[in-house]
Amino acid sequence: MSERRFDFEIVVVGAGPAGLAAACMAAENGKRVAVVDDTPWLGGQIWRGQQARPLVPQAQKWIERFRRSGATLLDRTSVIAAPRAGVLLAEHANGPREIHWDKLILATGARELFLPFPGWTLPGILGPGGLQSLAKSGWPVSGQRVVVAGSGPLLLAVADGLKKLGAKIVSIAEQAQWGRVAGFGATLLAHPAKLAQAARIKWRLLGVPYRCGVWPVKAEGDTQIRQVTLTDGQRSWTEACDLLACGFGLAPNVELPLALGCELLEGFVWVDAWQATSAAHVYCAGEPTGIGGADCALVEGQIAGHTASEHKAEAQALFQERSRWHEFRSALARAFALRAELKSLATADTLVCRCEDVSLGRMKQFAGWRDAKLQSRCGMGACQGRVCGAAAKVIFGWGMESVRPPVLPARIESLISVAEKESAEGGKASTGSECRAPALREYEN
Amino acid sequence: MSDQIELRVNGKSIRVAGGTVVAAAIALAGVSCFRKSVLGEARGPLCGMGICMECRVTINAQPHCRSCQVLCEEGMEVRTDE
Amino acid sequence: MSQTYDIIIVGAGIVGAACAAECARAGLKTLVLDRGPVSGGTTAAGMGHIVVMDDSEAQFALTNYSRRLWMELRPELPAEVEYDSCGTLWVAADGEELAEVRRKQAFYTERGVRVEVLDAEDIRSAEPNLRPGLAGGLRVVEDAVVYPPCAARFLLDQSKRHGAELRTSVTVHELLGDGGVRLADGSRISAGRCVSATGPWSPALTPGLPVRKRKGHLVITDRHPGFVRHQIVELGYLKSAHSMGKDSVAFNIQPRQTGQMLIGSSRQFDAEDTAVDQPILERMLKRAIEYLPSLGRLSSIRVWTGHRAATPDKLPIIGPSVVGDRVWLATGHEGLGITTSLGTGRLLADLLLGRRTEIPASPYSPARFEGAKA
Ligand SMILES: Cc1cc2nc3c(=O)[nH]c(=O)nc-3n(C[C@H](O)[C@H](O)[C@H](O)COP(=O)(O)OP(=O)(O)OC[C@H]3O[C@@H](n4cnc5c(N)ncnc54)[C@H](O)[C@@H]3O)c2cc1C
Ligand SMILES: Cc1cc2nc3c(=O)[nH]c(=O)nc-3n(C[C@H](O)[C@H](O)[C@H](O)COP(=O)(O)OP(=O)(O)OC[C@H]3O[C@@H](n4cnc5c(N)ncnc54)[C@H](O)[C@@H]3O)c2cc1C
Ligand code: FES
Repeated sequence: MSERRFDFEIVVVGAGPAGLAAACMAAENGKRVAVVDDTPWLGGQIWRGQQARPLVPQAQKWIERFRRSGATLLDRTSVIAAPRAGVLLAEHANGPREIHWDKLILATGARELFLPFPGWTLPGILGPGGLQSLAKSGWPVSGQRVVVAGSGPLLLAVADGLKKLGAKIVSIAEQAQWGRVAGFGATLLAHPAKLAQAARIKWRLLGVPYRCGVWPVKAEGDTQIRQVTLTDGQRSWTEACDLLACGFGLAPNVELPLALGCELLEGFVWVDAWQATSAAHVYCAGEPTGIGGADCALVEGQIAGHTASEHKAEAQALFQERSRWHEFRSALARAFALRAELKSLATADTLVCRCEDVSLGRMKQFAGWRDAKLQSRCGMGACQGRVCGAAAKVIFGWGMESVRPPVLPARIESLISVAEKESAEGGKASTGSECRAPALREYEN
Repeated sequence: MSDQIELRVNGKSIRVAGGTVVAAAIALAGVSCFRKSVLGEARGPLCGMGICMECRVTINAQPHCRSCQVLCEEGMEVRTDE
Repeated sequence: MSQTYDIIIVGAGIVGAACAAECARAGLKTLVLDRGPVSGGTTAAGMGHIVVMDDSEAQFALTNYSRRLWMELRPELPAEVEYDSCGTLWVAADGEELAEVRRKQAFYTERGVRVEVLDAEDIRSAEPNLRPGLAGGLRVVEDAVVYPPCAARFLLDQSKRHGAELRTSVTVHELLGDGGVRLADGSRISAGRCVSATGPWSPALTPGLPVRKRKGHLVITDRHPGFVRHQIVELGYLKSAHSMGKDSVAFNIQPRQTGQMLIGSSRQFDAEDTAVDQPILERMLKRAIEYLPSLGRLSSIRVWTGHRAATPDKLPIIGPSVVGDRVWLATGHEGLGITTSLGTGRLLADLLLGRRTEIPASPYSPARFEGAKA
């Protein structure tokens, strides 16, 4: 039988740049460290696929450093609950896992923000980051016509990546105005490496139209997308394509932090200068604390790793570097702020909740998220509102609410912890036969 | 490529390179509908990173597996909604 | 002073909604207030099993009466109420529990409730995913399942058609002896009578009311259509006799029209928080897996908790409060309030209007606790 119970001094959730950096620091400082990740890959979304085919030197450097650090990797392990202080329940293909920690570093990253527009549920419409990830893992893009749309610097990076894999990039549509994007380009002057990277990408994408102030309004197709209609607010036109990569920036993954009791500030996990959250012995680094990109995540991860392993001086030495990246983070948010038109792309019969197929018109009948959820089932499906809740926040200004276990859908057996003795809390081990518990001669509903 | 893996998608045999995710294998098999939605619409992957649940398929008789998070293995049986 | 109503109903859960529907239909000028959205309290957290029960004659009378009202209402219910007459299957693990099946059969048959006894083989074919070797069971044919939040909204919509008003996000601070209410912002609304249908929170408005919060956990699965076909409940509680008041779990599973399943159930006193209690959740799930061995492999998507409004004699509290004839109560429905909401609404309206009630109302009268209280 595979191992089920794990004990570490420091547990890091997420194997992206923030998580890897945190784990490296903590392990190099002599702690027993594990990194837990849902996926079979190291490197999170951005560096996925770098193990097999090292391309980015920075990724290669950190992955190698992680390998040498002595930290353990628990991959394909999704954390589903935090039943009590110091314990995470997780699910692995081979069965449930129970992971014990003294200090916990959350580096759960971000997901893409999807906004509904007519036709957006057609197969062949994916998030840019999502398509990039899948393409690195074998999804066929060679020879495919791809329109890249939405917002953020990711659009260019993805177009570049897909082109390298043989895709034909039809065009790139950035919803932000050119003036703002150009202004952002100017802030890159403070980050020469980023500027050089951007310049290289632009060079490789020569000949591909990059249009600012343009966004998608409609997708059409039979069994999958065939064409997308774009607009600049004045004029609309259609572009034929096989794939549409469309996402409107990133939204932080705060479900696990919330489950651990971490407080949020304006939608992001609140942390102090040491990357400590409001929950005891729980730290957070990277996108859940603010969308700042891989370099920002690396610095925050290092700080969190040092703090959690009681190397405060080393942590403090990185504060200045972090503030530079926090400026970059603010510039990013300003430049790619979403335009108001995006709130009204969906029509009454456009589905907003894709798990339960709830239309905008149905959701509109209700006053708030919880009312709409209880009456229309929006947000009740398998993704638990990760997609439609984020969209409803933009469209209606509705706040999402409480997180419940499992943090990700999980087999029922995974909700039962491994160490039965302990969880019976003072009592005896509850074995199957001993849990013939019901005491009352009464119907139990 | 040397490290080829053979699996079945809706009963059809397909060979993929090592490191391929099940979602990609499904696409390579020419299948665009991963699951049928509540109202019967065809759906395929959206997020590619395990959060949207649109890519759920049945893998080795286990329903509702996120195909974007699972690597192909020799002899795997994958079923989509048809 | 704002406006005058014949009756103000505090609480837009299923019980308040059923009371509103009956009052408005009877021509009373009705106002419904809730501090949250419609059915945001226990009604959002319960299972929605419409079930006839036999713990006591009074419990039987109210559940049977209410189930009849549900069956009469059924043709009018919109699809989102998900009324499904899947029936209840009480399962007996062994001979001792089979004796309980026979007792129940006799009880129900005598009173005109349709039931069928299943032997070991019948139960295998009725529910193939149940573990082999169960002794048999009792199918209560006309029991059903609904989706409570939409049922409550439907009842409120009905009341609005008869002129009732609904205001949400309004907190009531006090029920006034003259039938009006005082709101959290200090303002008053006057009315001939007020009804507290505030479920587990009712003691806050009526101090001394013997209603206690009894916590329950539920797990909802992803869609696995056909895995179970009935609401299945164990008779295993017979085995463990005493320890009244202690935490308990029992196997109870419900198929939803969506193909999902709701898995219960647990009961805990002195657990006022809404957090998931891992040890009791585990006990509950292990119990379910004992009955349905392959359940463990199915996918779960959410676990939540709710609080039942429990009374000492397990019967609800319906009628004028001891404060006087202007403050009424409709609370204390424990784990049966979805079922008994319709009977409660009808009884309350009949009592208010001095009409003859179809079943005796005295077993549910608030007056029964008067002596017990200081
Ligand atoms: C028959 C049935 C089927 C269901 N099926 C599904 C399903 O398929 N999928 C699903 O996801 N759910 C389902 N539900 C459950 C439902 O969506 C809710 O989850 C349920 O209302 C209870 O959930 P909760 O405790 O998680 O509360 P939530 O719905 O999360 O609501 C909690 C409320 O409490 C408030 N709150 C939280 N903390 C505090 C505080 N400290 N102080 C004050 N207020 C606070 C929140 O703002 C929120 O309004 C179903 C319910 C029923 C009755
Ligand atoms: C786990 C569980 C499973 C269950 N399963 C079943 C089942 O299968 N079948 C069944 O029949 N029953 C079941 N029940 C019981 C059923 O859910 C309840 O009996 C029923 O929902 C009670 O409805 P209610 O309207 O009295 O209370 P609630 O739905 O709690 O409504 C009370 C309302 O009052 C409001 N309120 C409270 N105080 C104030 C105030 N001061 N001002 C304004 N508004 C206020 C609240 O916001 C709330 O909306 C179950 C319960 C639980 C917890
Ligand atoms: S594509 Fe979103 S979970 Fe797999």
